[in-house]
Amino acid sequence: MEGFPILSLMLLVPLLGAIACLFVDGRTARTVALAATLIDLVLGIVLWASFDIGGAQWQFTERAGVFSGFGWALGIDGIALMLIVLSVFLMPICILASASINKRVGEYMAAFLFMETLMIGVFAAQDIFLFYIFFEAGLIPMYLIIGIWGGDNRIYASYKFFLYTLLGSLLMLVAMLWMANEAGTSDIPTLMAYDFPPAAQTWLFLAFFASFAVKMPMWPVHTWLPDAHVQAPTAGSVILAGVLLKMGGYGFIRFSLPMFPEGSAQLAWLVFALSMIAVVVTSLIALVQHDMKKLIAYSSVAHMAIVTMGLFAFNVQGLEGAMIVMLSHGLVSGALFLCVGVIYDRLHTREIARYGGLSINMPRYALFFLLFTMASIGLPGTSGFVGEFLSLAGIYQVSSWVSLVGTTGIILGAAYMLYLYRRVAYGEQRNADAAAMPDLSVREYVMLAPIAAAVLWMGVYPESFLAPMRQDIQLLDARISRAQPGSDARLAIGSANPAEAGTETEAAHGGAH
Amino acid sequence: MDFSSSLALVAPEIVLSLSGLALLLVAAWAGDGASRLISVLACVALGATFCMALPSVLQGASGADRIAFDGQFTADAFAGLAKLLIYLASIAALIVAPAFLERTGSMRAEYPVLVLFSALGMSIMASASDLLTLYIGLEMQSLSAYVLAAFLRSDGRSAEAGLKYFVLGALASGILLFGMSLTYGFAGTTSFAGIRASLGNGLSTGALFGLVFVLAGLAFKISAVPFHMWTPDVYEGAPTPVTAFFASAPKVAAIALTARVALEAFGGVADAWRQIVVFAALASIIVGALGAIGQANIKRLLAYSSINNVGFVLIGLACGTAAGASAMLVYLAIYVPMTIAGFVAVLMLRDADGDPIEAVADLAGLSRTHPGVAWCLMIVMFSLAGIPPMFGFWGKFVVFQAAVEADLLVLAAVGVASSVIGAFYYIKIVKLMFFDEPGQSGAGVIQRDSDSAHWALLALCTVLISPLGFLATGWLGTLADQAAAALFLVA
Repeated sequence: MEGFPILSLMLLVPLLGAIACLFVDGRTARTVALAATLIDLVLGIVLWASFDIGGAQWQFTERAGVFSGFGWALGIDGIALMLIVLSVFLMPICILASASINKRVGEYMAAFLFMETLMIGVFAAQDIFLFYIFFEAGLIPMYLIIGIWGGDNRIYASYKFFLYTLLGSLLMLVAMLWMANEAGTSDIPTLMAYDFPPAAQTWLFLAFFASFAVKMPMWPVHTWLPDAHVQAPTAGSVILAGVLLKMGGYGFIRFSLPMFPEGSAQLAWLVFALSMIAVVVTSLIALVQHDMKKLIAYSSVAHMAIVTMGLFAFNVQGLEGAMIVMLSHGLVSGALFLCVGVIYDRLHTREIARYGGLSINMPRYALFFLLFTMASIGLPGTSGFVGEFLSLAGIYQVSSWVSLVGTTGIILGAAYMLYLYRRVAYGEQRNADAAAMPDLSVREYVMLAPIAAAVLWMGVYPESFLAPMRQDIQLLDARISRAQPGSDARLAIGSANPAEAGTETEAAHGGAH
Repeated sequence: MDFSSSLALVAPEIVLSLSGLALLLVAAWAGDGASRLISVLACVALGATFCMALPSVLQGASGADRIAFDGQFTADAFAGLAKLLIYLASIAALIVAPAFLERTGSMRAEYPVLVLFSALGMSIMASASDLLTLYIGLEMQSLSAYVLAAFLRSDGRSAEAGLKYFVLGALASGILLFGMSLTYGFAGTTSFAGIRASLGNGLSTGALFGLVFVLAGLAFKISAVPFHMWTPDVYEGAPTPVTAFFASAPKVAAIALTARVALEAFGGVADAWRQIVVFAALASIIVGALGAIGQANIKRLLAYSSINNVGFVLIGLACGTAAGASAMLVYLAIYVPMTIAGFVAVLMLRDADGDPIEAVADLAGLSRTHPGVAWCLMIVMFSLAGIPPMFGFWGKFVVFQAAVEADLLVLAAVGVASSVIGAFYYIKIVKLMFFDEPGQSGAGVIQRDSDSAHWALLALCTVLISPLGFLATGWLGTLADQAAAALFLVA
């Protein structure tokens, strides 16, 4: 595959599809969109299959100097690869989930395909300004998707989404301009190895933080998310939760940590504090929601808080865990929104109280819903467990308090998810119309089954997903280790019996508190 | 420098004035019936001057051999690039006008002639390197513009716009003249190079007053806050093709002139004017953005948008560097098609009676009734808001890049943050067009066949500001850098 511009091709296919969708009628637009996303899925699988694990850090690189000021520079490492595969995997499912959209189908499909181009572009960009263009351009299709095809309060939600994210990213732009001026290049791999003066790093970190924290979203700037999720159409929510939120985490792992290690270490307390508050507060908020989508939206904020904690643990477990939580959450929250969409299409309400006892008349639906609920809680065997365990293990090495609070998030997560499941799927069939809903159709099977398979795969054999990222995470860990903040676990390594040194150290670790 | 080579340098201006005079005679004898023919001929004249100015830009002409009439006039690459934009914007104003004005029977043969003389004035402004040339060019442009603003004689609003523009423009000219006389008094010369040499690196109080008054007069011409009050009224009252003209060509000329005065004549005392320009820039961005939010008339809204844009251009000037000047030119090159596309889209919209639509609320549901115009207008709006991948982003990008390179970090950060305010009303227009249903909040727009010239111009401008524009960043950047270097070579 060397030399073949596969990344450009992956950007081009949905873009051409988007333009085509604008000029054809609704039925054809659906076909075009599905075809374009499936082609991209195939290309994504080819990309994964031909990715050389343990090879060069940046693969499939492309360079073309067609612009002044920045370059058309693409290339991926294992981290970007996994996120691209996640994006192209979710897109055909989103198109399938849009069967209930029946107004302005062509424009809708065009917006989604354009979105796919931008998502892949964000993860593949190797030039900081190219990244910014892809990152920021995502506002336009998302604004249209929420505003045109959203629920009743869509106008407010779309404004809030747009202006919140814009303000965050513009501060990042100024920081990027300063960095490019200081380092004399806008090439991301070069910048990742450039040592900015530590005094400037704090400011740069804060500017990037303003953007990524909003995108992530972190408490207290998360308030756009529940509004946007609730008002967006099902497929919009899937993309928002599945991929767009990951852009924030990707930003931290690609920019904040390697470019400003000292700044990150210095402000890790801020990230930890916000994440701890987010885990507890948003979980409690999720517990009292009456709206299913809102509940899942708040659970996203809590899961993303575990991601930020893991990222700022400054060790391999934390970073790997954060990445797996991101991938897992992309699948699981996407699937949960699809599950909500399935019953919303039938009853046109997201009110939890309007449902009940669905396991009686929709047993297959209830099975899928249960699987994803368990994956969201982090049951062993599902993807959620791997990620959360690794992150929390990583955080524990840095701060036992943060991991303690982080773990309560999992307990609270179990509480609100199981409570949701009980109210929707178990109990009596309180409402006649809900009791009369038919079980999953073939289309809905095709949507949910691949995600369920991926969730189980990631839960049982996470090595497939960790292997491509391992080398990159080790490089990142080596890069940031010099700034690693001290751990609160005071390891006392005594003069142990040489033969049993291993067990002795572990015992000391456990008893340090 | 002999007289003939001086004449060769002012050849575009000579062609413009001669063709203006000739067309005036045609207009006098052939009458209003020939107005389309005169428009076409005026376009040809402007096209010819465009070609004459082109080589100086491509070669990056600069230095002593580009100075004509003993320092009165400079035909360097900086002036050349500004002239290219001016000529193109004037051609656009000529193309859109006939179809619009003929509907009400108000298309008269004077219109193209006035645009031509205005373009001549602007051309002189862009090349002025002496306070006297500056004033001649400015007044030539302004006098034509006053008449153009009041071109719909029977329309009260148009007459009001013309009168307002005239009274306030005369006041601004007075302020400018006062500043020029003070500057002359303290510098002892009117040529930019001479002023720079005599001021050295210090500024006496009197010369400082002169500088402030000159800048105040120029700020009026570029409608920078706090001298922006006339803009919404004039833009609203003037016929829409004229408004499109006002928002594009004279802006370019006045900004190029301001840049030359600030960087060339007062280039040695940049610290004295930088804070004024910084204030005007930030005030324009913020007032332009806040003022637009409450507007119900789309022409007034675009007027505030143009104030907002001037603020971003002034950030480039505040840098006081070649990169800043280059960024200004790039910004203007993007701003001109952006604003023309915006106004052309507006003048294509008509209600059931065939009257032009001006209320913002009437745009509701435009994507259903007029999808072509709605999509173009959406690209314009996102471009004005500076959202990538629209090309408008690039203008803001280069300006802020220049500011960061000049170590004006706070200015860049505040400017960037306030552009979010502006984004609000741009996305409000998109919301009206795409999210709302037709007739939901206003009378709605009736599908009418628009003039094919309008469609062509709208499509061309939209393509220029679409993401395809990024392909042009390479040579646009090179041309602007050369042009800006010409400005700094004299210094």
